[in-house]
Amino acid sequence: MAFQPVKFYQTGTFTVGNRLLAPEERSVQADMARINSLNSGHRACQGCGEALGARYAIDAAMRSTGNRLIAANATGCLEVFSTPYPETSWQIPWIHSVFGNAAAVATGIAAALKVKGHAEVRVVAQGGDGGTTDIGFGCLSGMFERNDDVLYICYDNEAYMNTGVQRSSATPPGARTATTMAVGPQPGNCFGQGKDLPRIAMAHGIPYVATATVADLRDLEYKVARAMSFHGARYLHILVPCPVGWGHGSHETIRIARLARETGLFPVFEAEDGEVTGVSKIRKPVPVEEYLRPQKRFAHLFGRPPRIDIIAGLQEIADRNIRRYGLLDSTD
Amino acid sequence: MKPQARPMFDARSVPGDLCPIATVPNPMRPGDWRSMRPVVDRQKCVKCAVCWLYCPVQCIVEKPAWFDIGYATCKGCGICAQECPQRAISMIPEAAA
Repeated sequence: MAFQPVKFYQTGTFTVGNRLLAPEERSVQADMARINSLNSGHRACQGCGEALGARYAIDAAMRSTGNRLIAANATGCLEVFSTPYPETSWQIPWIHSVFGNAAAVATGIAAALKVKGHAEVRVVAQGGDGGTTDIGFGCLSGMFERNDDVLYICYDNEAYMNTGVQRSSATPPGARTATTMAVGPQPGNCFGQGKDLPRIAMAHGIPYVATATVADLRDLEYKVARAMSFHGARYLHILVPCPVGWGHGSHETIRIARLARETGLFPVFEAEDGEVTGVSKIRKPVPVEEYLRPQKRFAHLFGRPPRIDIIAGLQEIADRNIRRYGLLDSTD
Repeated sequence: MKPQARPMFDARSVPGDLCPIATVPNPMRPGDWRSMRPVVDRQKCVKCAVCWLYCPVQCIVEKPAWFDIGYATCKGCGICAQECPQRAISMIPEAAA
């Protein structure tokens, strides 16, 4: 048999295809018997990171609970593209209430299940960053404080994408949105530095807090499975790039999410009872320019003249994250 | 359509007077949104399944020796072509296909 050389390109992914792994190590998605909770045929945009992240998270939660799961969903892109009445893409028990109270609805479901003696049925609440960090924050903080048995998943695309890219409190500084235009002496988002909700959740001392990106889907599945092994309030924050709102090519969704982690702007870690127990190390920190440049929402930072001060501010945030969580691999 | 391990949710199991419940599976076939079409080079594909994992709409179809694209649901985002470690997927304009 003739030897055929096989060339692998370094695309940045360290995901090994499922065919090379033992069955118990394979991802949930490799399993033909998976529930396929978010069916195809929904109306998400091309290259939607949220559709990818939601399917992985809910499928992994379904597997770890033995398909006994109820999901409550806040208003947002995820709810709008998946369920235009009377159609639905969800193949799980799923409830949408209003924008701000997904955590409260999930609390109620968990309380009802407890009263009815269905301890094996678990509850997931999910929402975008607007419904989590802004509007639903009171309900969410109450859920953490009461330590209700709910896993809250926030899909963070850093603005209100569904209504047309308005600024949310998770929007990073300097980002252009519909309500923070790239004009004036402080172009883009001039308010604050973005609400760091994972750390706020950790401050509540809840059993489990984790962050993940759609670039590392095995890590995402692991964190959902780990979260479902705890009882009590748990919080999972998933960075999901949005090609429409962030203004990058639809094919770059995964690459942008990977760069967000490798620059340090989005620290990927997990924490139990308020203490960080594990971080995803960065092999080689990437300057934030590489993350910012493909995104049109930061295009004004590279105009004429370039806003080196704002870029330096973002680099400072990344460096602070690297220091705070010890993201650098010290073995190198 | 991909084989479903579990049957679709049966709408008749819901009492009619409970509340309005969306029970129609989304019938949309967003394949006509596409401007760029992914094409798999069967010689280069090593079935590593990276495209399968990263496809947001699960349009990757497994064939005996390669992964193919389900053009009924593929929206043409190009994530598979970007992430393929073999560069086995190329995006070609839909007009030329």
